[in-house]
Amino acid sequence: MMRYLAGRLLRALLTIFLVVTFAFFVLRLSGDPALLIMSVDAPPESVEAFRISWGLDRPVWVQYLRYIVHALTGDLGNSMRDGRPALQLVLERVPATLAITIPAFLLKIAIGVPAGIYAALHRNSLADRMTMLFSVAGFTMPSFVLALLLVLVFSVQLGWLPSSGSEGMANAILPIVTLGAAGAAILARFTRSAMLEVLGQPYIRAASAKGLTWRRVVTEHALPNAAIPTTTIIGFMVGTLIAGAVVVESVFAWPGIGRLLVISVANRDLAVVQTILLFVAATMVTANIIVDLVYGWIDPRMRTSPR
Amino acid sequence: MTEPLIDIRNLTVDFDTGHRVVRALHGIDLAIQSGEAVGLVGESGSGKSVTWLAALGLLGGRARIGGEVRFEGHNLVGAPASELEAVRGARIAMIFQDPSSSLNPVYRIGQQLAEALQLHRGMTSGAALAEAGRLLDRVGIADAMRRLRDYPHELSGGMNQRVMIAMALAGQPQILIADEPTTALDATIQAQILELLQEIRRDSSMALVLISHDLGVVAENTDRVCVMYAGRIVEDAPIATIFEAPAHPYTSGLLAALPELEGPRRPLVAIPGVVPEPWNLPPGCSFAPRCTEFEAACEAAVPPAVELARGHRAACIHARSGVA
Ligand SMILES: Nc1ncnc2c1ncn2[C@@H]1O[C@H](COP(=O)(O)OP(=O)(O)O)[C@@H](O)[C@H]1O
Ligand code: SF4
Ligand SMILES: [Mg+2]
Repeated sequence: MMRYLAGRLLRALLTIFLVVTFAFFVLRLSGDPALLIMSVDAPPESVEAFRISWGLDRPVWVQYLRYIVHALTGDLGNSMRDGRPALQLVLERVPATLAITIPAFLLKIAIGVPAGIYAALHRNSLADRMTMLFSVAGFTMPSFVLALLLVLVFSVQLGWLPSSGSEGMANAILPIVTLGAAGAAILARFTRSAMLEVLGQPYIRAASAKGLTWRRVVTEHALPNAAIPTTTIIGFMVGTLIAGAVVVESVFAWPGIGRLLVISVANRDLAVVQTILLFVAATMVTANIIVDLVYGWIDPRMRTSPR
Repeated sequence: MTEPLIDIRNLTVDFDTGHRVVRALHGIDLAIQSGEAVGLVGESGSGKSVTWLAALGLLGGRARIGGEVRFEGHNLVGAPASELEAVRGARIAMIFQDPSSSLNPVYRIGQQLAEALQLHRGMTSGAALAEAGRLLDRVGIADAMRRLRDYPHELSGGMNQRVMIAMALAGQPQILIADEPTTALDATIQAQILELLQEIRRDSSMALVLISHDLGVVAENTDRVCVMYAGRIVEDAPIATIFEAPAHPYTSGLLAALPELEGPRRPLVAIPGVVPEPWNLPPGCSFAPRCTEFEAACEAAVPPAVELARGHRAACIHARSGVA
């Protein structure tokens, strides 16, 4: 177990390292930050001075080694726009992002799981078909389309909710619903198929043959088994709490990490983009490790091998 | 004859597959006396499992069931869920072909046995666990108290079938339906499980319905055999009669395919052809395309079951009634 965990951690660190490296080179090959940050009519000498002060005049691999060495000591560099530490800038945005992704996450579970279970138990009924229809619509529709639809209805037509900004609770509602709807659709579909798979297993018929009521067969025999794959998907959803809102934050001008990412990429604010990607990679990788551990804990077949 | 323990009359099952309705059972008549051991044989797909799943209401929403299953003064066909739940496990227990997947993978053996004991004998969980240990011991599992803490995937197929049998015993049923209980197990384990079933029957008055595609297994473990073909019982007779005077060509075919235990060796002859699909039955006798005794009249109508002697009936145009 300890060996397995150590191997898993090593792979996780390698993944993060690769993401950071990839981001580093792609960002530097795709545009000159000096030209983007300085005004267009800035004299060539000051552009050159900017390059020198940020180390951009050195060979890329020297810049890379410096970055890695600094990162290992906890220094992720400063923003080229306002000179503040990139890490600080990113951390400031975390609460705003979590303020929409956590409620959206809860919404996904609260709607997706019961809908999937209900649909599976009433397979081919009208309710099942409707659930699946909404589910397909929910995850084929790009989130910006859904976001715009919601804005059209609730902001423009009805005037109930603000279409953008971050002044109060009301501003968070549409972003949360947009994120939650897509996730609920995926989760409903997944839960339904996990449940159908379990309901077709011989031990379900055997449990009925034992004399248990259908209610007990479902709650005590089917649900615990269907919970195993469903928990895995929910675990992966935890990994998207930080990075899963890029599009939605941009559409609704919500001041979270996603929006910071879009702005920083546009400005080639190198240190900030790299810090965000590091963050995203770390949360996803952590979530995956936790899912692995939880899986081993809830599924007895993972705990021991056959004798 | 005394009143049968369970009396299946003209049982039919139709499956609604969405685009068509197919008839899997065409009117099964089968009565079991209390304490009797009856075998149900026939090739795969002949309707052996469906007969008993239908009787216990375990086929699910896509099956339409007709006819009657008379048990303790009630008709189980169309009975309310609560009535069926009171019969299942407690009066009629059923065990299945694949023991390892018939046990729930997320619960320990002990928990699953205790669940049955609490349900049928109203035991507290502590008493149920102790009794579960005794039951495991009864079905020949060594080190029973320790095994209670195992999960099904930690036991072999044979051990899991013993657990399933223990679970069936938990309800102290009048009838045990064993649906191909040894098909998934290897030969030595198969013999042990059959021996265990015999032993349990000797100690109790439980009736046994042994479903198998192997006439040899049924012959050694039951008193009477019903031969099924394409959703019908084509012959029903005591074991001795089946071997001495089979009346249906399908039964003769099954006998010819049986290895001889004593006497000169002879080549085994499998019946050529396959069981027709339920939606593609030939006209008249379903066995006609494979039958060596076939004649034109066989296609005219489905031959009715004829009583040849007391306790012996067969459904073939060549079977002539021997009882006045
Ligand atoms: N749930 C089902 N839906 C449709 N057809 C079924 C279903 N269960 C069984 N059948 C059909 O009923 C026939 C009898 O099956 P079964 O009783 O399982 O045969 P066996 O004698 O091997 O136990 C088969 O042709 C099978 O395809
Ligand atoms: S009725 Fe005809 S086809 Fe059918 S079993 Fe008898 S002889 Fe064969
Ligand atoms: Mg079967």
